[in-house]
Amino acid sequence: MDAIFNPADDAPECVRIKGVHKFFGAVHVLRGIDLSIRRGEVCVVIGPSGSGKSTLLRCINQLEGISAGRIYLNGELIGYREANGRLNSLPEAKIAVQRRSTGMVFQRFNLFPHKTAVENVMEGPLKVKKTPRAEAIRRASELLERVGLADRANYYPTQLSGGQQQRVAIARAMAMEPNILLFDEPTSALDPELVGEVLDVIRGLAKTGITMMVVTHEIGFAREVGNHLVFMDGGMILEEGPPAEVIAAPKNARTQSFLAKVL
Amino acid sequence: MSFAGSDITGARGQPVKQGRSALQKTDPREFPNRIILNNPTPVPHPGRWIAVGLLCIAAMLVLWSLATNPNFHWDVVRSYLFDQQVLRGILWTLVITVMAMVVAIVAAVSLTFMRDSENPVLRFVSWLWVWLFRGTPVYTQLVFWGLLSVLYPRISVTVPFGPQLFSLETIDVFTPGVSAVLGLGFNEAAYLAEIFRAGFRSVDSGQKEAAKSIGMGKTMTMFRIILPQAMRMIIPPTGNETIGMLKTTSLVLAVPFAFDLTFATNTIANRLYLPIPLLIVSGLWYLAITSILMVGQHFLEQHFGKGVDVAAIHQE
Ligand SMILES: Nc1ncnc2c1ncn2[C@@H]1O[C@H](COP(=O)(O)OP(=O)(O)O)[C@@H](O)[C@H]1O
Ligand SMILES: [Mg+2]
Repeated sequence: MDAIFNPADDAPECVRIKGVHKFFGAVHVLRGIDLSIRRGEVCVVIGPSGSGKSTLLRCINQLEGISAGRIYLNGELIGYREANGRLNSLPEAKIAVQRRSTGMVFQRFNLFPHKTAVENVMEGPLKVKKTPRAEAIRRASELLERVGLADRANYYPTQLSGGQQQRVAIARAMAMEPNILLFDEPTSALDPELVGEVLDVIRGLAKTGITMMVVTHEIGFAREVGNHLVFMDGGMILEEGPPAEVIAAPKNARTQSFLAKVL
Repeated sequence: MSFAGSDITGARGQPVKQGRSALQKTDPREFPNRIILNNPTPVPHPGRWIAVGLLCIAAMLVLWSLATNPNFHWDVVRSYLFDQQVLRGILWTLVITVMAMVVAIVAAVSLTFMRDSENPVLRFVSWLWVWLFRGTPVYTQLVFWGLLSVLYPRISVTVPFGPQLFSLETIDVFTPGVSAVLGLGFNEAAYLAEIFRAGFRSVDSGQKEAAKSIGMGKTMTMFRIILPQAMRMIIPPTGNETIGMLKTTSLVLAVPFAFDLTFATNTIANRLYLPIPLLIVSGLWYLAITSILMVGQHFLEQHFGKGVDVAAIHQE
């Protein structure tokens, strides 16, 4: 645990989720989520498939709207404007601005196939943040170097392995300098021998103190890199705490049986 | 790649050319002996040779008749191929084709967005357009556009319960040229809309989410992420449609618009009482333009195939 950045107990809140519910039609997918993530924290989310982990990340990133509750990023309510106790939906353009403070890494990479690695990384800074081109290229090259792909800058995604693509995707998310990076099972679509290189990159980022929320099935990784573990099942957070403690001595019966299966 | 050529030899003893694929990087030390490749006798294909023979004979017969049958009147073809009237016809055909395609593309893009809009009225209008224009012959539509001035002799814009803003003779606005372009363009839009819709659908939904996640708005996502990828699917059928449009312009006499290539060659043919050589003239020109369009299409396809059609050539 020594190498991992540990936020101070009084570090300011980065994400605050209050009583969030999400329905897809009649399907009740998130059933009252309360969660607080402090700045600099690496929050790892585990839980069985279908428990709502992806949906929670997508709600934070506003790829899905929520049905009830509030989500705050750095103290700012997202998705709505609240005035005199009334909620008004924000227009799409305002939501796009709010999304810049969250970076997302998808299970299936979702790189832009018609752009090279470096073009993928600089697309956001160049077009959304209007960074000057030379500066955007310089920053993108730096980020590619950081994920160990300096020599692959001009390759198209189809010319890269899954692990390399996912590392480019991480660099692309980093390029927007988000307040929090969200990872949705970043290694689940990878061949086993490629998992390590992606986890190494995430581990490296964790040491720099960037706030992260990582949905993962890699329990060893969760224990090593995380400093806040959340166990979800049936759309609820059933247990949370320091990863080593929860994994060694889970209190909830469902956590126990889940860990028994995956460990 | 230091594989010595002498370690692998063909059956006849000559060294085998080495490819550059990683799979062939075999360590020669594992092969102390020369490898004798199998080189089996290929399966015979007698049917192929018979077909080639028959086609050669057919081709020779056709060429022979082209050269010797006086009814082709090749001298007439030669003298009218670059005739003023024919060249002017080509120009008009090209102008109508281009303008009709521009109208069609603009209308089709609108139809595509309307079709996927959340507004049910827009969705219905889009559906109605495709149903109407795809469901009736383009010839009928062209005649109809030509008769618009009979149906509505004047066009006027009036503020409801207020003054009239302006009023025009329909025939001054819907000249035969405008009618031809709109008629062909609106009809074509119905087909292009379906092509565009399929193109947009072919782009993975993860692309839109990735664009959103880096803070892109709807318009930017469309133009920088979705459209360039959809183009790969859209361009080949749209190229076919353009070629189809070039040939469909030969129907504009229905409006009646009387300047295009087919009309020009028909007029000359009627004057000379020699339809066949002038059909050949127009046919040659349509072929020439189509060939040029195909070259353009090839380059467009190459441009939008970036990143997808590349093989793994760049790797080592
Ligand atoms: N767009 C959607 N429409 C309807 N149901 C959905 C949608 N997305 C997710 N779900 C449902 O929500 C539940 C939780 O899904 P998800 O958040 O992907 O779980 P996890 O990531 O933990 O495996 C699942 O039962 C899934 O079928
Ligand atoms: Mg999931």
